[in-house]
Amino acid sequence: MSSLCRADAALLALLALAGCHRETRDYRSSAMASADRGAAFEGNAFHVAQGQRLYGWMNCSGCHAHGGGGMGPPLMDDEWRYGGSMGEIAATILDGRPNGMPAFRSRITEDQAWQLAAFVRAMSAQPRQDALPARADEPRNTEPMTLDERKPIRRATPKQDDRSEE
Amino acid sequence: MLKKLGVWGISALLLALVVAALALWWALRPAPAWTHPAVLERLAPLPRPEARAIPAPSAMRAEDGQWTMPLGDYAATRYSALDQINAGNVGGLRPVFTFDTGIARGHEAAPLVIGSTMYLVTPFPNIVYALDLNRPRNPVKWTFRPRPLQRAQGVACCDVVNRGAAFADGRLFFNTLDGQTIALDAETGREIWRTRLGNINIGETITMAPLVAEGRVLVGSSGGEFGVRGWLAALDAGSGALLWKAWSTGPDSDVLIGPEFRPFYPADRGPDLGVSTWQPEGWRLGGGNPWGWLSYDPETHLIYYGTGNPGPWNPDQRPGDNKWTAGIFARDIRTGQARWFYQSSPHDLFDHDDINESILLDMPIGGRRRQVLVRPGRTGFMYVIDRLTGQVLSADPYAAVNSIHSINMGNGRPNWVMEKTPVQGRVTRDICPAAPGGKDWNPSAFSPRTGLIYVPHLNLCMDEGHMEANYIAGTPYLGADARMHAGPGGNRGVLTAWDPVARRAVWRIREDLPLWSGALATAGDVVFYGTMDGLFKAVDARSGRLLWQYRMNSGTIGMPVSYRGPDGRQYIAIFAGVGGWSGAIVSGALDKGDPTSALGFVNAVRDLPARTDAAGRLYVFALPR
Repeated sequence: MSSLCRADAALLALLALAGCHRETRDYRSSAMASADRGAAFEGNAFHVAQGQRLYGWMNCSGCHAHGGGGMGPPLMDDEWRYGGSMGEIAATILDGRPNGMPAFRSRITEDQAWQLAAFVRAMSAQPRQDALPARADEPRNTEPMTLDERKPIRRATPKQDDRSEE
Repeated sequence: MLKKLGVWGISALLLALVVAALALWWALRPAPAWTHPAVLERLAPLPRPEARAIPAPSAMRAEDGQWTMPLGDYAATRYSALDQINAGNVGGLRPVFTFDTGIARGHEAAPLVIGSTMYLVTPFPNIVYALDLNRPRNPVKWTFRPRPLQRAQGVACCDVVNRGAAFADGRLFFNTLDGQTIALDAETGREIWRTRLGNINIGETITMAPLVAEGRVLVGSSGGEFGVRGWLAALDAGSGALLWKAWSTGPDSDVLIGPEFRPFYPADRGPDLGVSTWQPEGWRLGGGNPWGWLSYDPETHLIYYGTGNPGPWNPDQRPGDNKWTAGIFARDIRTGQARWFYQSSPHDLFDHDDINESILLDMPIGGRRRQVLVRPGRTGFMYVIDRLTGQVLSADPYAAVNSIHSINMGNGRPNWVMEKTPVQGRVTRDICPAAPGGKDWNPSAFSPRTGLIYVPHLNLCMDEGHMEANYIAGTPYLGADARMHAGPGGNRGVLTAWDPVARRAVWRIREDLPLWSGALATAGDVVFYGTMDGLFKAVDARSGRLLWQYRMNSGTIGMPVSYRGPDGRQYIAIFAGVGGWSGAIVSGALDKGDPTSALGFVNAVRDLPARTDAAGRLYVFALPR
């Protein structure tokens, strides 16, 4: 085998390894502080996709539709009754809110609530396009999120909490 | 040639060209966004006097100038025999009084007038106001705040509406969103009793107006979108004690089906069909909530009411006929025992609740007078049913329908169109009518002077996808993803004047926006209704011609009423306050970027936020003195 060939193979192996390192998945997020925790979930393709599945399974779509709202308020605009940061959304999901939002603490894990929060914040198509789910598992009457335009939206949260957004 | 024409000739030619160009521009100019003309179509002659329906004599009321229940009388005619305001002078109608509720949600309730007091029930938090009509400016006599649970707002399927109160023997009865029925002393506003019937933790709410008869207050549940098992309860008007409760699904002992039950069609006969027409245990989450209207015939002691959609919306999860949902019950008001049942939408496919009003009429059919009830159904068909036996005598489409070929007169079942039958895992396109049906809850009016039923209804179709629904108590149990759009013709609402004897529309007005307000017919041959962009209209009961309209501060989804004031004058009252399922895009500030918002209704009314604002105001109109 020639040295050129060997160099090629090494380069290929290097490229393959680089490809494997697409994103890190953190399996022990609960040990992290709350502010960092939001950043770990938001804009992460795996977590956003998991959030999308949970959004259907937990019947979120029954009240909030695909972000436009119905029985519950819309989630894709810039108005947040109880705050729009990752931490506030996760708290709303886990503990409920007084005007009708039920508490899901007994039905999902805390990590799943953060995944849901990451998906909720992705509904306005603000995160990176490559982090958005390209398809849904179920038939639906909306365009895939990756075809959505990134709309200018007023920041509902302080800057430091939005670090995952470029 | 130009020389031959001369200066004057050329000038004339140029002028003609300019005029022609202007005319062309005028003819081809785009219609301004604010004009959405309603289009009147005359289709058939009026019924001859001998071929007219009349209201069931036993259920009629003697006109006393009051309005004591939302539908006007037990026959559900929404007819006022007052005639000071008539087709000739209605053009002079002016607002004489307004009252702001301070709640910017959907106002579906009908104001009631008893003696010289007007009673109003607001949407959540269901405040009751009594206005003194004797004194100038109609000041508030008393206010009652029931303080319902805040959380109830989260389990109200289609805005936090309330459809009004009922009055009997000096007492006012109404329901709260969080599932209570409350009786007040109509004179003082003092609470006499309150009974909790609903549990909001499983999504059980109450939005309907009770019906009071024979000392019983009849109340039905809401919650068909939450897997709530529906019921109709009879409370003692004196004490609030539960007299009987008839469930809409489950074993016969729960449904109050006994030896008196004689349904007309064989499919409704057999033991415990409320269990066996479901997947195992499916009836426990089966829906069938009677959240709409009741009629009552004092002669036979029978009440008539419809049951709502089965749960979940996804039909593939509930094989079978799903009894006793999406159908109409006749029951003995004294015992609650069922007399007959007819299911308009067996194994319902499209959320076609059967809760619409049942108008009790007597009319000539096949050479003899029959005692019938007429129902403009959610399916888009006008059902004429023998109210003693439950036999369907006729069923004709009054709205755009492509999901049902016809109703089989042999067994009463719809002949479904196979290509519009939804399948789990797919989106089925262009189903007409959409989920709110050919007509939703907003009640029609019937005038014995014309023999016509005035039906405010919808012209909507939908795309719907189905997936497996997951039951979590207190959250929606749907398994459906809908998106609605305007039906054939592009308009979204219709007011149809229907001749129930000849089984055809006599005229119809195509309205741009969905019609979500009730109708009122008066002896002055005027029909009143309102639009979701806030126009309150009076049309000629015979011809449909627009006689008068007034722009209110918000779209209306309310029910107009007519009464005689203490000064002897006739008044017309209605709530403005857009909302409900159709107006949630405004009252709930929903995002039109998502076509599936409000269970898909938002896609059909994306222009509404630009055309009306959320508010809550009572308007009272009268002729100038």
